[in-house]
Amino acid sequence: MDTLLSLFHGFGVALEPSKMLFCLIGVFLGTAVGVLPGIGPALTVALLLPVTFKLDPAGSLIMFAGIYYGGMYGGSTTAILLNAPGESASLATALEGSKMAKAGRGGPALATSAIGSFVAGLIATIGLAFLAPWLVEIAVKFGPWDYFALMIVAFVTVSATFGDSPLRGLTSLFLGITLGLVGIDKLTGQARLTFGVPELLNGVEVTTLAVGLFAVGEAFYVASKRFRDPEEIIPIKGSLWMNKQDWKRSWAPWLRGTAFGFPIGALPAGGAEVPTFLSYSTEKRLCKYPDEFGKGAIEGVAGPEAANNASAAGTLVPLLTLGLPTSATAAIMLAGFQQYGLNPGPLLFAEKPDLVWGLIASLFIANVMLVILNLPLIGLWVRLLAIPQPWLYAGILVFSTMGTLAVNGSPVELAQLFLFGFVGYLMRRYDYPVAPMVVGLILGPMAEQQLRRALQISLGDPMILLENPGSATLLGIAFLALVAPFLMKGLNRFKASED
Amino acid sequence: MTNETSKAGANKPALIVGVLLLIVAALVGYDASQQTITSTYGVGPTAVPYVVAAGLVILGLAHFVVAFREGLPEPEEADGKALLWIAGGLVFLIACIALGGGFIIAIAAVFACTARGMGRHAFVVDAVIGFVLGLVIFLVFAKLLTLILPSGPLERLFL
Repeated sequence: MDTLLSLFHGFGVALEPSKMLFCLIGVFLGTAVGVLPGIGPALTVALLLPVTFKLDPAGSLIMFAGIYYGGMYGGSTTAILLNAPGESASLATALEGSKMAKAGRGGPALATSAIGSFVAGLIATIGLAFLAPWLVEIAVKFGPWDYFALMIVAFVTVSATFGDSPLRGLTSLFLGITLGLVGIDKLTGQARLTFGVPELLNGVEVTTLAVGLFAVGEAFYVASKRFRDPEEIIPIKGSLWMNKQDWKRSWAPWLRGTAFGFPIGALPAGGAEVPTFLSYSTEKRLCKYPDEFGKGAIEGVAGPEAANNASAAGTLVPLLTLGLPTSATAAIMLAGFQQYGLNPGPLLFAEKPDLVWGLIASLFIANVMLVILNLPLIGLWVRLLAIPQPWLYAGILVFSTMGTLAVNGSPVELAQLFLFGFVGYLMRRYDYPVAPMVVGLILGPMAEQQLRRALQISLGDPMILLENPGSATLLGIAFLALVAPFLMKGLNRFKASED
Repeated sequence: MTNETSKAGANKPALIVGVLLLIVAALVGYDASQQTITSTYGVGPTAVPYVVAAGLVILGLAHFVVAFREGLPEPEEADGKALLWIAGGLVFLIACIALGGGFIIAIAAVFACTARGMGRHAFVVDAVIGFVLGLVIFLVFAKLLTLILPSGPLERLFL
């Protein structure tokens, strides 16, 4: 009952005309940027963060929600029409989607992904609205040791699930944590790793790192291999709309995809790759037309796309209730919250209910707007795909530097952007995942703070982490998640040598 | 190249990453050892840096192991000229902002250099596009968002 009341109140906030306008602008900008090839939702949010810089917190967060969903939708458009997934979560969509587009059924593929995203987003947001208050009640009882253990779980799972090699994932994570050490220590006021540069006293900006790694790094990377794999847009032929059979074949995958996406996304170990691929393989098994898989089966677009969107709403559960980002996009969203001086977590629900519930309500509204906006505007988005690559990346770099300059115009900040961009390029070149680095920078200082708080309470006895059942269990999970990939690798090698 | 790296076929990139990680670890450890304030109970500002440094050492050593086993994934050949153009544009941007040359010129240079790096051969046209883009962004930020981006002589004409 309380939830419904709060949600109702949230709609009161989000349905104000000015808020609706912010949401609309967010959805529009998010789709426009997200549709550009090579730009996933994480980068979309990072690039558009400065645009919301001067709005009031409620308005900008609502715009943010729109950007987030818009970016996700735009990403799947690129995956389907270009076969160029902007992030790993839309890899599964690209598999069948691009085949459908090649077979002249790009319209229905886009439609099923739009409507599937809508259905999944709607159900998952309801899930978020009901799960969040419940989780907040648990989170209030969390001690610093529990938070610390939870962050360790996030560290491990983020670096082990992104990319192929746990070693490269952990390296990326540790470099991020190292960057998190830079600046004034919050508890003692000591400067760490600043090397006498006053601009570094405030630490490394998350947005600078994210934009550097994602945007500038990507530009370098694409430029370095521009003679290879020219991307080709597949024109949309035939009807844009789904026929009766498409509907019949889509609704069940939508629901199953949601059922995979939301719970897995809501776990601290979440991420969107696992549910999208689970959904893809499930649909492949359940499909009545298994021959069509690999040639453009609509189930293979409907399921993963719903899973992707549901898991996006799922990642908001740990983000809002615990302040724990479990995906690159969520990490940048957290940076956005912090930009307005807001710290997501149980306290936010108590202190700023208007804002939290307004945000949740605006997720519903953003979802509705996406469908209304995107189905008729598909032609416009397709035209955006045709921007020549040199201008596209030149524009991306302009927006990246603009964002950095708007937040902090010092040459030191720009030099960091450049440096992180080059690091991001090298990481892409040698297949190091970049997301763990961003998560490390955000969560590192938080984990340190919680650890020191826990040890202050226990008068320096580290056993407190293992004596509390909550933190002990979580640390156990983290340990298993850390060791499992290495064991599995050993198993694989064993298998390979057998063959 | 092949006869240089013949000793046990060590993977050079992995070795370099390993060395870099050890250097970063040394920096973190050295910085922590220079701290003067320590907490009386609980852990001070140096504990976590030491843990991180230890982690970096382990990762660095693991890279050495990898270097003698499978190595890092072999990358495609890179177009160095393209990288230089983009890097040049960004360096110009930093210099231009640092020396007070202003936002618009800096943006024009970044736009033109990046487009050149990505394979366009119309430097002047792109510079003009970049200039207009920079001007529009500057005015939008200044008038609509009341946020003044770094200004040089050119920008002051519009304020």
